[in-house]
Amino acid sequence: MADLKVKAMGMQFKNPILTASGTFGFGEEFSEFYDLSLLGGICSKGLTLNSKPGNTGIRVWETPMGLINSIGLQNPGVDRFITEELPKMKSYKTKVIANLGGNTEQEYLTGIEKLNNTDVDLIELNISCPNVKCGGMAFGIKSEVAFEIVSKVKSACQKPLMVKLSPNAENIAEMAVACEEAGADSISLINTIKAMAIDIKKRKAVFDNVYAGLSGPCVKPVALRMVHEVCKAVKVPVCGLGGIMSAEDAIEFIMAGATLIQIGTGNFIKPNIAIDIINGIEEFMDKNNIKTLDEIRGII
Amino acid sequence: MKTLKSKILLNEKVLNNIYKLVIEFNSEIDEIKPGQFFMLKTLDNSFLLPRPISVNDANENTVTFLYRVEGIGTTQICKLREKEEIQAVGSLGNGFNLNELNGKIAVVGGGIGIAPLLYLTKKLGNNADVYLGYKDCVYYNEEFEKYANSVTVITEDGSSGKKGYVTDYINYENYDAVVTCGPEIMMFKISDGCKAKNVSCYMSLERRMACGLGACLGCTVETKIGNKRACKDGPVFLSEELLI
Ligand SMILES: Cc1cc2nc3c(=O)[nH]c(=O)nc-3n(C[C@H](O)[C@H](O)[C@H](O)COP(=O)(O)OP(=O)(O)OC[C@H]3O[C@@H](n4cnc5c(N)ncnc54)[C@H](O)[C@@H]3O)c2cc1C
Ligand SMILES: Cc1cc2nc3c(=O)[nH]c(=O)nc-3n(C[C@H](O)[C@H](O)[C@H](O)COP(=O)(O)O)c2cc1C
Ligand code: FES
Repeated sequence: MADLKVKAMGMQFKNPILTASGTFGFGEEFSEFYDLSLLGGICSKGLTLNSKPGNTGIRVWETPMGLINSIGLQNPGVDRFITEELPKMKSYKTKVIANLGGNTEQEYLTGIEKLNNTDVDLIELNISCPNVKCGGMAFGIKSEVAFEIVSKVKSACQKPLMVKLSPNAENIAEMAVACEEAGADSISLINTIKAMAIDIKKRKAVFDNVYAGLSGPCVKPVALRMVHEVCKAVKVPVCGLGGIMSAEDAIEFIMAGATLIQIGTGNFIKPNIAIDIINGIEEFMDKNNIKTLDEIRGII
Repeated sequence: MKTLKSKILLNEKVLNNIYKLVIEFNSEIDEIKPGQFFMLKTLDNSFLLPRPISVNDANENTVTFLYRVEGIGTTQICKLREKEEIQAVGSLGNGFNLNELNGKIAVVGGGIGIAPLLYLTKKLGNNADVYLGYKDCVYYNEEFEKYANSVTVITEDGSSGKKGYVTDYINYENYDAVVTCGPEIMMFKISDGCKAKNVSCYMSLERRMACGLGACLGCTVETKIGNKRACKDGPVFLSEELLI
C-alpha cells in the first residue's frame, strides 16, 4: 500500500494535496461535494488586515485552457476570518493555511500578530498578487525587497511560514534563495502570471485594471520549470502549483522536486478534482511499486 | 447531495441555435428550485470552464435545459448525443422563493431568458401571466401555455404576436410581483416600471462565472449591503437591493 503522508515544516500532512488560495473560498462550498478531511490541507482566500471589496468590472475571463482573473483580494479581513471562517475550517480536520497579503509592511506585521494567536497551522505569505494596485506583488519582484519583508515577517511570526512567489519575479531562483535566507520555512509557487485581454468589439481592455492574473492548464509548463529551478536552488520544502489538473500533472511536480502540491483553477473545472488527484497518485504509486513519495521526489 | 455527472436522454435542436437538453440522474438529488442552474461541461477538454445553464424544467430524476449556442462551450455541448455523459454540477444558486410570490404574478422573459421561467411558471400553478419577448423567431411559447394563466407573445418585428417590446405591454399596477429574466436593459426597464407602481420585482442576473459555487468571487453583483455572488447569493435578486 502506497503511503502518501508528507512530513514538512515539522508537521505531518495526510497527503501532499492542498487546495490553493482564492480557488476554494474557505472550504465550505466544496464540503457539499466531498469530505474535506481527505485533503492534505486548505489555503484560505487571500486575507488582508482590513476587509477589501475587490475590483470593479469583469473579474474572470476564459482563454484557451486558461483563466484570467482580476478578483482583487476581496476578503473579510483578518479579524472576521478568525472569528467567522477559521472555526469552520478547523472543523474539517485537515491542515489550515492562512494566506496573507498586504499593501504595506505594517499591514503584514499586524496581520501576522493576529494570526499568531489562532490555531492556524501554517501561514502562506502572499507577496505575489498581481491584482492589487500597490504592494502585493510589488514585494515579489525584486529579491532584495522580498528579503526585507520576509525577514521582518519571519521575526514576528510564530507559525511555520511559507512564502508564495510570483512568476513575475525578476529571477525566480534568486528570489527563492532570498526568501530562504530571510527565514522562510517553505516556498510555494507559482501565483498567477500577469496577463491581459482586449475586447476588440468594445476596443477596450477587458479588465478595469487592464492587467490581471493568468492560471490554469496553459501555465503548467512554465510553473513546472520554475518549481524545478527553485527546488534545485533551496533546501526548504517547496510547494508546487500552477495548472495542475490530474494526478499525472501532480507527479510531474513531485518529480521536479515539490514536497507539497496545490490545486487551484482545477477546483472550478471539477469540484472534486483534488480527490481524483489524491486517488490517482495512490494508484500510480501502487502500480509502479512506489512505497513513499520520497522515492520519486526530485529525481529530475 | 449535489450531482457531478449525468447521462443525456435527449439533446436536440428546437429552432435555429436554440437547443433542448434532458439529463437523467441515477442517484437521489436535492430538490431543485426554479431559478437554480447547473454548471455544464463536456467530459473532454475541448473547453475549460463549465457553463452556467438554468433549469428549464425538472422532474423526479430528470432535468431539462433550454440553451442558445453562443461560443465554444455551447457549441461543444450541442454536439453531445443521447446516452453520452455530461458533467452537470448542481443544482446551484438561490432560485426563486415561491413563498414570496403570492397574489397576482407577472412572469416576463426576453430571448433565451425565458429558459428558467418555464419551471417557475409551472411551480406557480396556472396563476401567472406570462409575457415572452423575442426578436423575430418565436419558440417554446406553447410549453408556457400548459402552465400559465395567460401567455402574451411579443416580437420586435411583429412577425408573431404583438409588435414591439415586452415592456410596452405590462400593466404593472395589476400585479403583486413581477419576475423577469432576459437582457439587462429589459430587466431594468421592468424594474423601473415596478418601482413607479410600488410592485416588487425579482430578476435573475447573468454574470461571467468561473466556479459557480461561491468560491472564486468572480461573479460579483453590487448591492446596497455590499458585494454579493451571482452564483451563490443569486442569481435571483430583488431589484431594490441592487446598486446597478
Ligand atoms: C445563472 C446563469 C444562467 C444561465 N442560463 C442560461 C440558459 O438557461 N440558457 C442559455 O442559453 N444561457 C444561459 N446562460 C448564459 C450562458 O451561460 C452563456 O451563454 C454561456 O456560458 C456561453 O458559453 P459559450 O462557451 O457558448 O460562449 P463563449 O462566449 O465562448 O464563452 C466564453 C466565456 O464567457 C462566459 N460567458 C459568455 N456569455 C455569458 C453570459 N451571457 N453569461 C455568463 N457567462 C457568459 C462563458 O461561460 C465562458 O466562460 C446563463 C448564465 C448564467 C450566469
Ligand atoms: C480566481 C482566483 C483567485 C485567486 N486568489 C488568490 C489569492 O487570494 N491569494 C493567492 O495567493 N493566490 C490567489 N490565486 C492564485 C492561485 O492560488 C494559484 O497560485 C494560481 O491560480 C496558479 O495555480 P492554478 O493554475 O492551479 O490555478 C487566485 C487564483 C484564481 C484563479
Ligand atoms: S462564479 Fe465563482 S463565486 Fe460565483
